[in-house]
Amino acid sequence: MRNVCPTEMIDLSLHILDIVENSTKAGAKLVEIYLSEDAEKDLLQIIIRDNGIGMDREMVKTVRDPFVTTRTTRRVGLGLPMLEQAAKEANGGLSVISKPGHGTEVRVTFQASHIDRKPLGDIASSIITLIMGNPEVDFIYESDLNGEKITLDTQAIRAELEGTTTITDPAVLKLIRGLFM
Amino acid sequence: MSKLRIEDLKRIKESMAGTVNLRAGDQRVKITVHMGTCGIAAGARTIMNTLLKKLEESGANDVMLTSSGCAGLCNHEPMITIEDRDSAPVKYVNLNPEKAARIFDEHVMNGTPVSDYALSMGSETTH
Repeated sequence: MRNVCPTEMIDLSLHILDIVENSTKAGAKLVEIYLSEDAEKDLLQIIIRDNGIGMDREMVKTVRDPFVTTRTTRRVGLGLPMLEQAAKEANGGLSVISKPGHGTEVRVTFQASHIDRKPLGDIASSIITLIMGNPEVDFIYESDLNGEKITLDTQAIRAELEGTTTITDPAVLKLIRGLFM
Repeated sequence: MSKLRIEDLKRIKESMAGTVNLRAGDQRVKITVHMGTCGIAAGARTIMNTLLKKLEESGANDVMLTSSGCAGLCNHEPMITIEDRDSAPVKYVNLNPEKAARIFDEHVMNGTPVSDYALSMGSETTH
């Protein structure tokens, strides 16, 4: 065994980390992440919305094809195609809505109970990694997994800290991780 | 509903009273974890978790831990770059948590690069 690290996108939390990194690379100052699971509807949904530079219609058309986008112009590479594949394998789908200057919204659905639906994984680590790597970006995270709700807004945390320490302070990150325990 | 409690944040705020925050760019060492799609698929988040834990244990307040995108060496992921104010930046490749922990102890805390895991010594800097 080379190491204990995964060698593929083994769960949805890694996909979320990857897609939100796209948002921050697109200059987003605020990224909203919504995650919901409804056993009655047998539906798992992820919505990622950012206020980054957005994409024009042509770009949105090609953004899900790993072979059409080119490295010099793309702002999204293999990440979206891989997430779309994961969704399709679980009887779901992916849509992208974007407007230049306004931002991008990615919606992904899965049949929650599908045998090939990837597990959620370690959402807390993804959120903390995003905060560590993008200290200038704010994040809103809300999840409702069959009634179990978590809500997090880094703008509110920053406001409460009043500049006495940063949001990347280990003590603050520990509190954030505690939300997911 | 799981939500951050204002009292907890207040407690942190009070414990920080009187301490001085280093501004971004003032740190002695900057650690960058490469967090592109390739890095994430190869385990970059695990490396970030490991380094965050080491940073917390060390209590160091002059080390900045952050992330960047794909560095164009996808087959060498997971990768980190260490920029030490007093020496050339070092890119470490094909990492796992044990290697990352050793790099933290020897390079970040003691200033001695771990040449066993380094791709190259000296490249672009953003520090």
